[in-house]
This record gives sequence, C-alpha cells and structure tokens, in this order.
Amino acid sequence: MKIEVRVAPLNPWHEVADYEQAQTTLHGMAGAAAVFVGTMRELNEGDAVSAMTLEHYPGMTEKHLEKICAAAAQRWSLLDTLIIHRVGELRPADPIVLVAAWSAHRKDAFEACRYIMEDLKSNAPFWKKEQLPSGHRWVEKNTAGY
Amino acid sequence: MTVAVKFFASLKEQLGCDGASVEIGEMATAADVWLQASGGKAMPGNVLVAINMEYSDQNATVHDGDEVAFFPPVTGG
Repeated sequence: MKIEVRVAPLNPWHEVADYEQAQTTLHGMAGAAAVFVGTMRELNEGDAVSAMTLEHYPGMTEKHLEKICAAAAQRWSLLDTLIIHRVGELRPADPIVLVAAWSAHRKDAFEACRYIMEDLKSNAPFWKKEQLPSGHRWVEKNTAGY
Repeated sequence: MTVAVKFFASLKEQLGCDGASVEIGEMATAADVWLQASGGKAMPGNVLVAINMEYSDQNATVHDGDEVAFFPPVTGG
C-alpha cells in the first residue's frame, strides 16, 4: 500500500507502471488492476478556470486515506492499493488524483477502486480554490459519484 | 487547559488566520473552542470538526493538548 500527497507533478500512468514493477508480490498474482485518474478541467459551473490551488490538512489527510485503504482491504480481496493526490498549484489537464487497486479478479479491483475514490471525494480533507477571470472561488461541494 | 486550533480553506480566509492556541476550561466542547478561537462568531452550519485528526462533532468534549480543526466540506479528488 502506498499513499502520497505531493506538490510535484503527477504522471499517473508512469506511477502505475513503476509501482507494479516494484511490487514483486503482484507479479503473477494480480489478475486485475483498476485505475482511476482525476484530471483538472478548464471549465466548472459554466466558468473558465485557468488554475486551481489544492489545500489539504497535513497528517489528517494521509491518515484518512490510510483508513480508506484499510477499510477496502477488509471488504474486498485485494493485493495492493495506491493513492497519489496532488496539492498546490494545478493547471487544466493536470492529473489531480490517482487511485489504483490490484486483485486476483476484476470484481474486487473495480469495486475497491470505486469505493476508495468515492470515500476520498466525500471525506478526505482536501479543498480546491479555482482561479476564474473574476477572481478566486472556493469549490463548495463535490458532484455526486453515484 | 490548552488546545491547538486549526482552520482550513475558506474558513481560514474568512477568519483571517490558520489557527491559534486556546486556553479554555475543563469539559469544554469543540463548539466552545470555536467560539473562543473565532472571537465569538457563529459557526457556519456546514463546518466539519476534527479532533486529533479524526472526524468528530461540535458537541464533543476536548482535552488538554488536543488539536481541534474546523473546515468546510471537502472537495478533493
């Protein structure tokens, strides 16, 4: 299990490939990898968004993400999970979040990946502030996932 | 007793500070801590409360040395 909150840019596809290669316990055992990538859009609620600042609660955020992964591991048969989330300054098309779940079979991988992502969106302490032509705007709530 | 208070995101901007160290009486609740740290402002209805980095609520009792955080609904991912 790996959880990382970082300022540095994120290439989710390289991260998944590198993680899989490094985790030898996945080799020959993982029949399924489910991956979710969240990316910054240039439009929100009808307004052009030129940049975004992501804030988090250092310590609590990581702790909460660990709890989500532990809960998923209790509920599904998982081999491993990976979460990487950006904070700081982001631009449109920048990846914001990567969630990956590995399992022997697709059902557990798909469902766990979805569960982790939905809990992250609902409960992990991150906040987005958008840069609009008219100034800054805090995003007040996330869209429903289900 | 002393508790460490933290504010995040829009709440931090509205209050003009990211936190404070608050001296408060025994058996104080998170709501009492809010009142003291915010200078008596009413707590917005959607504010979330965490004590020692675990979700809690405004009626929870705080203890000496606790870290009490107040923040708006989360919007990550």
